Amino acid sequence: MRGAITRLSPKAAGVEILMDDAEAPAPHIDKPVLTTEQLSLWYGSTLALDAITLEIPEKKITAFIGPSGCGKSTLLRCFNRLNDLIDVVRVDGALRFHGVSLYGPEVDVSQLRARIGMVFQKSNPFPKSIFENVAYGCRIHGVTRRSTLAEIVERSLRAAALWEEVKDRLDASALGLSGGQQQRLCIARAIAIEPEVILLDEPCSALDPIATAKIEELMQELKERYTLVVVTHNMQQAARVSDYTAFLYLGRLIEYGETARLFVKPQKKQTEDYITGRFG
Amino acid sequence: MPLRRSDLVGHLMTWLCAGTLALNLLLILGLLGLLASEGLSYFWQKPLWLLELADGQKILGELYETEDIPQSGRADEAQKTRVRVKVGNRDISGSDFRWIDEAQIVGRSRPADAAVLERLEWGNFHGFARELRAHGQTLARGEDAVWPLLDRLLREKAKERDALEALEKGELGRINYALERLRLAERKLSLETLPDAERTRRAEALSREQAEQQAAYTNVAARIREKRSAFVAETLVVETADGVQRELPVGYVMRAIRPNALGFAGAAKLYLSRAWEFISGEPRESNTEGGIFPAIFGTVMMVLLMSIFVAPFGVIAAVYLREYAKGGVLVRLVRIAVNNLAGVPSIVFGVFGLGFFVYLVGGTIDQLFYPEALPTPTFGTGGILWASLTLALLTVPVVIVATEEGLAAVPQIAREGSLALGATQFETLWRVVLPAAAPGILTGMILALARAAGEVAPLMIVGMVKLAPALPVDGNFPYLHLERKFMHLGFHIYDVGFQSPNVEAAKPLVFATALLLIAVVLASNLIAILVRNHLREKYATRSI
Repeated sequence: MRGAITRLSPKAAGVEILMDDAEAPAPHIDKPVLTTEQLSLWYGSTLALDAITLEIPEKKITAFIGPSGCGKSTLLRCFNRLNDLIDVVRVDGALRFHGVSLYGPEVDVSQLRARIGMVFQKSNPFPKSIFENVAYGCRIHGVTRRSTLAEIVERSLRAAALWEEVKDRLDASALGLSGGQQQRLCIARAIAIEPEVILLDEPCSALDPIATAKIEELMQELKERYTLVVVTHNMQQAARVSDYTAFLYLGRLIEYGETARLFVKPQKKQTEDYITGRFG
Repeated sequence: MPLRRSDLVGHLMTWLCAGTLALNLLLILGLLGLLASEGLSYFWQKPLWLLELADGQKILGELYETEDIPQSGRADEAQKTRVRVKVGNRDISGSDFRWIDEAQIVGRSRPADAAVLERLEWGNFHGFARELRAHGQTLARGEDAVWPLLDRLLREKAKERDALEALEKGELGRINYALERLRLAERKLSLETLPDAERTRRAEALSREQAEQQAAYTNVAARIREKRSAFVAETLVVETADGVQRELPVGYVMRAIRPNALGFAGAAKLYLSRAWEFISGEPRESNTEGGIFPAIFGTVMMVLLMSIFVAPFGVIAAVYLREYAKGGVLVRLVRIAVNNLAGVPSIVFGVFGLGFFVYLVGGTIDQLFYPEALPTPTFGTGGILWASLTLALLTVPVVIVATEEGLAAVPQIAREGSLALGATQFETLWRVVLPAAAPGILTGMILALARAAGEVAPLMIVGMVKLAPALPVDGNFPYLHLERKFMHLGFHIYDVGFQSPNVEAAKPLVFATALLLIAVVLASNLIAILVRNHLREKYATRSI
C-alpha cells in the first residue's frame, strides 16, 4: 500500500488517461452514517489519500472500486482507525461517524471498533473453537454467561448463514473450516457484537465462485440491518451487490454515485475506462 | 552428458554438508556411547578372581583392565603386560586398586565362595565369610551355614538401618530444628526492647518449650542408642585371601555377594538394585560411593526455580520490546545489550550473583528479618534461591530473544482481527498474540533449561556444595528452605572425578553421573517439547 501513488502510473497501464479536475456531482444521501471531508492520508511522505469527500448511506451497500494501490483499502481502514497501528500514518481532514469526529480526543477507539466491525481480505479466525471465535468479541465486551453467549453465537452464525453447517461441531477448531466457511465465520464474529457498520475488505478475493456467491447473498441479507462498506477488485461484484459505488484512482475519489447510474452512465472518462476494462 | 561446472560444485557442496552433519552425529553418538558403556557397566558385578603371585601373595580381586608396560625399546625384550585389579579391603591394604604384572601371576581361579561385601565404611571387602557371631557367641560357622543366615540378617539389618535413619532424620531432625528455632527465638527476645513483665513471660514460655523439646530429645536419643547397639549386635567374621581375619558388624554390610556363584539372573537383579541405589541413595565416603539423589534433586529443583523466575521476566521484557516500545535507537541499544548479555561468561554472572544477590540482597534480608541468627548468615550466604536467580539472569536473554521471535511470527492480521472487534491492545496480546506465540516462548524456555542444567561455574560461588546436609525441601515448616545450599550433578561430576580421595574407584561414577545429568536435561527438554507440541496443535495458525 505504501508508495502506491508512485507505483502505478497511467503510462504503465498502457492507456492515456486524462485527469479532468471537474467535480463529478455527489449523490444526495439522506442520513449519512459516515462522512469524510477533504480526508487526506500520508504514509510517511507518500500521499495515499488525497482530499476525499464522500458520504456513506445507512443500511446500504457501498462499494469502493479501483485498481490496486488506489487507496480503497486505506480509506476503509480509516473508518475503524485501523491505520493507527502504523506509526508513520498521518491523517488530515474530517471523518465523522453520525456527525461525531472519529479522530476527536474523546473517542474511545475500542468502542468505536465495536460499533464499526470489519471483515478482512484473508479470513483470520482465531486458533480457537468455532464457538470461541464468535464469542470472542462478546467476551471482550464483558459478556460471560455461557447461556447468553450460546444465544449470541447461534444468532450470529444463523445471520452469517453458517449455523446449519457447523452447529454440530461448535467446539471444533475454526481452522478446520473451508475458506468460504472461515470467511462467513469472520462475518459472524463481526456481527456478534452488533455493530452498526461492517467494513469488508475484499472479502471474496481468496474464495471460489460458489463461496463468493454465498457471501454476496449474505451481504444482501445483512444490509437489512447493517450499513455495509465493501472494497472490491471485482467490478462485476460491485455492480451486483452494491447500492452505491465509489471509484478511486491514485488516492483520489474520481466518481461516486448510485451503482446503477455509475456503471451505466459514468460521468468521468477514467471511470468509463476502468469499468470497461481498458485499464485496471 | 558432461557434468556442468556449477552442477559439480552443487554436488560437492551437498556432500560437504551431509558429511559435516554425519560427523556431528557420529561425535554425539560416540559421546553418548562412551558415557553409556562406561557408566552403565559400573553396576555390573565382575567375577572375583583369586590370583596367586610368584612371591606367594594371594589376591582376591576384580580385573579391570590390561595394559602394556612401557618398555625401554630394546627389540629383544618380550612385550610385558600388567592388569589393574580392584582388591578392595581399603582398611587392610590401604588402597582399592593395584597394578600386577601378568608375569607375576602363577595361578588364577574363581572360588565359588569368594565374597564381595559392600560396606558402609571403608569400601568393599573381598574375602571369605567364615563365621557369624552374636554377643561373642557363634551363630553359624562354615559357608553352608553362614550364608542363608547372613542373607536373612542382612534383610533385617536393612530394615533396622532404615528405621534408624528415619529416627535420626525424622524425629531427631525435627527436634533439633525446633531447638534451633527456640534458640533463635531466645536470641531475638534479647534483641527486642520489651517491658520487663512481657519479657519474663515470653522467656518463661520459651524455656518451658525448650525443656519439653530437650526431654523429647533425651528420649529419642536413648531410643537411638538402644537401636544402635542392637544394630551392631551380630558380627561377621571374614577372612581375606591372605588369611587376615576381621570381625565386621553385620549392620555395616550393605550387600554380601558371591560373584562367582551369582548366575545371570542374580547378576541382573544385583545390577538393577545397584542402579536404583545410585539414583535414589545418598552419597557415602566423600561421594565416591552410594547414590547421587541429593544432586539430582538439587539440579532439578534449581532448574525449576530458575524457570519460574526466568519465564515471566523474559516474556514480559520481550512483550514490551516487541509490542509496546516504539522502534528507536534506545530499543535497538537494549536489544543489542540483551544479545550481548547472552555472551557474557557465566562465571561473571556468578560473581555478580555473589556480590548482588548473596551479599547485598541476602545480607539486607538477614539484617532485617534474621538478626537473631547473626553473625551466622541465613540468606546472606549462597543458597538455592540465589543460585537459581543467578541462572535466571544468565538465561533471560535466551528467553527474550526466543519470545521476541515468537511474537514476530504471529501474523499482523491475527492482531487486526482482534483489534477490529474492539479489543484493546492488551486484550489482543493476552487472548490472541501470547497463545499463538506460546510455542516460541517454550522454545526459549527449552534452550534456557538446557543451558541452566548444564551450568556449573557460576553456581560454585552462589550456593552449590560438595555435600549438602539436607535437601532444600523437607518435613519441617516451612517445608521449602530456599536459603539452603544444594548439590548439583554438574559439580558432582567435577568433585567425584577430580577432587576425590579415591580417584580410581570414582572414575566410573563420573561417567554414570554424566549420563544421568544428560538424562535429566533430556527429560526436562522432552517435557517442554511435548508441552510445546501440544500448544502448537492447539494454537496452530496454519490458515492465517
